[in-house]
Amino acid sequence: MGSTASTLSKIPDVETLMQETGFTPAHMVRLYDRFKALDKERKGHLCPQDFGAIKELAENPIGDRIVGAFFSQGQETLDFHSFVRILAHFRPVDKDRPRDPNVPEPINSRSNKLKFAFQLYDQDKDGKISRAELLQVLRAMLEMQVTEEQLESIADRTIQEADLDRDEAISFDEFRKSLEKVNIDHKMSIRFLR
Amino acid sequence: MDELWGVVFSAIKAWFTLVVLLIMFPAMLGVSLGITETYMKILVKTLKWATVRIEKGSEERKTLKVSSSNGLIQRLDGSMEEQIWELRGSRPKPPVGGDFTLSDVFYFSRKGIESIVEDEVTQRFTSEELASWNLLTRTNYNFHYISLRLTVLWGVGVIVRYCVLLPLRVTLASIGLSWLVIGTTAVGFLPNWRIKEWLSELVHLMCYRICARGLSATIHYHNRENRPKKGGICVANHTSPIDVVILANDGCYAMVGQVHGGLMGVVQRAMVRSCPHIWFERAEMKDRHLVTQRLRDHANDKTKLPILIFPEGTCINNTSVMMFKKGSFEIGGTIYPVAIKYDPQFGDAFWNSAKYNMVSYLLRMMTSWAIVCNVWYLPPMTQHEGESAIQFANRVKSAIAHQGGLVDLSWDGGLKRAKVKDVLKEQQQKKYSNMVVGEDSSD
Repeated sequence: MGSTASTLSKIPDVETLMQETGFTPAHMVRLYDRFKALDKERKGHLCPQDFGAIKELAENPIGDRIVGAFFSQGQETLDFHSFVRILAHFRPVDKDRPRDPNVPEPINSRSNKLKFAFQLYDQDKDGKISRAELLQVLRAMLEMQVTEEQLESIADRTIQEADLDRDEAISFDEFRKSLEKVNIDHKMSIRFLR
Repeated sequence: MDELWGVVFSAIKAWFTLVVLLIMFPAMLGVSLGITETYMKILVKTLKWATVRIEKGSEERKTLKVSSSNGLIQRLDGSMEEQIWELRGSRPKPPVGGDFTLSDVFYFSRKGIESIVEDEVTQRFTSEELASWNLLTRTNYNFHYISLRLTVLWGVGVIVRYCVLLPLRVTLASIGLSWLVIGTTAVGFLPNWRIKEWLSELVHLMCYRICARGLSATIHYHNRENRPKKGGICVANHTSPIDVVILANDGCYAMVGQVHGGLMGVVQRAMVRSCPHIWFERAEMKDRHLVTQRLRDHANDKTKLPILIFPEGTCINNTSVMMFKKGSFEIGGTIYPVAIKYDPQFGDAFWNSAKYNMVSYLLRMMTSWAIVCNVWYLPPMTQHEGESAIQFANRVKSAIAHQGGLVDLSWDGGLKRAKVKDVLKEQQQKKYSNMVVGEDSSD
């Protein structure tokens, strides 16, 4: 491991990336080292199998979905830029950001964090979580532990509670509304210690 | 031209005599001339000064508190149940349809992303980071250019380490190894009298002492009354191949391992001539019963030296102890646990076998400042009635972790190469399902 400056120079377009994502140079270096550590065969990009090697992710019930969030649109390879852009969703919210309507929202805004979570449910990206999609997530999280009837009753009840316009699906706004009391910044942020 | 060669030759002769007299003979006799102590004192003073300079130079960055753990990111406290409860807020539990909310997914996605950035297993296979720089480039993570004086000191350090210490250490190491081979072969020719044992121990000890000097190793042994006795099994946490040298400096052990080719093979064959070590062919290692049987036979013979085993099976970075494989604990006999903790300030002893091969690793070792470590001998343990081998192994592991100040983990070190079983995923699902549908879930 060399000094920060030398590693930074190895990352292409690092300035634009830092501006887009808001990561500090030190964090960029750490993420780059992590990217390289995950890329065991030194291909220069990651594929889904590289994520499979992470033990804690393999035991996570929605581990596959999380990996899927990185490989959008059926791609098979993930470069460092895309890797960092997804992880940027989990940066803590910048408390003193000026509300400028001309500047696009940063990746780690509360709204974008919610969108990320929404997309874990909404796999076909049609903007709504259908009953079938909800059942899929529940199945992944509970698998052998519950019966099909129990799963369906959970899905029905959840949709009933959140579905305000009675279209048997949960849109992004309904999703956001049902979670307005949750401290998104605390629960969907990862803080670096060094 | 000839004069130049003459000068070079006499310089080399003088160098050798100096080395032999000042370092080798005292090492062989187990006596210390105090050279290493003075070196360490100077080193400690210099590093302290360097630390003060670095701290002065980085006052703006005091806000980023340096954590004593090896962690990169902050993990939230609380089990799965506690964290999901927090997410749900004070929502009343619905009467029917299970206790599930859309926010539950936050917990899992956060955990997933955390593990993508840093996972608990891989963390243990990278070198421990220091709170303050110790003037070695290899440990320089966050420290920028501070002052001219510091850079000059670093430069002097490089010269000292590569031009003075390295040749010295390489000389000592080669002398040590050749002496091991020659000595053990010579002893092997003697018939099996009592004196053969004594001589063999002497030869082994001398060679390991020379090798230890060859690494500038300063070892502090604690509780030496608990040293492993004959017919027992010595068990220790594994950080690097040097562990063997560290332990063998204070007693004689029977080594266990695979037969290698090349230089290692020569050393192994020589060692086995003077006293019985246990070397396995690669094919034999697969047969667990054969392995256990051979080890058991050795351990049952009370005149044979204690067996040295590293039950983790792989090198860990000395901040934690990983799962002990139960094979060593099924042999029976008395277990003598030993905890080894290296001081990372003077040199990082961890062998990252994915990153460095043996030769580059040894080179790194020989260009560090020194190897400083503490060895604690723990009281002997035996398997209790009705205790399974796994429980016994965990008991020994906790004792070692506790003594050495290491984190006690139950992950299998072999996971750094293998895949996780589905069983672990099922456990997570079971825990979550208890929260959602309660105890009356189907099996």
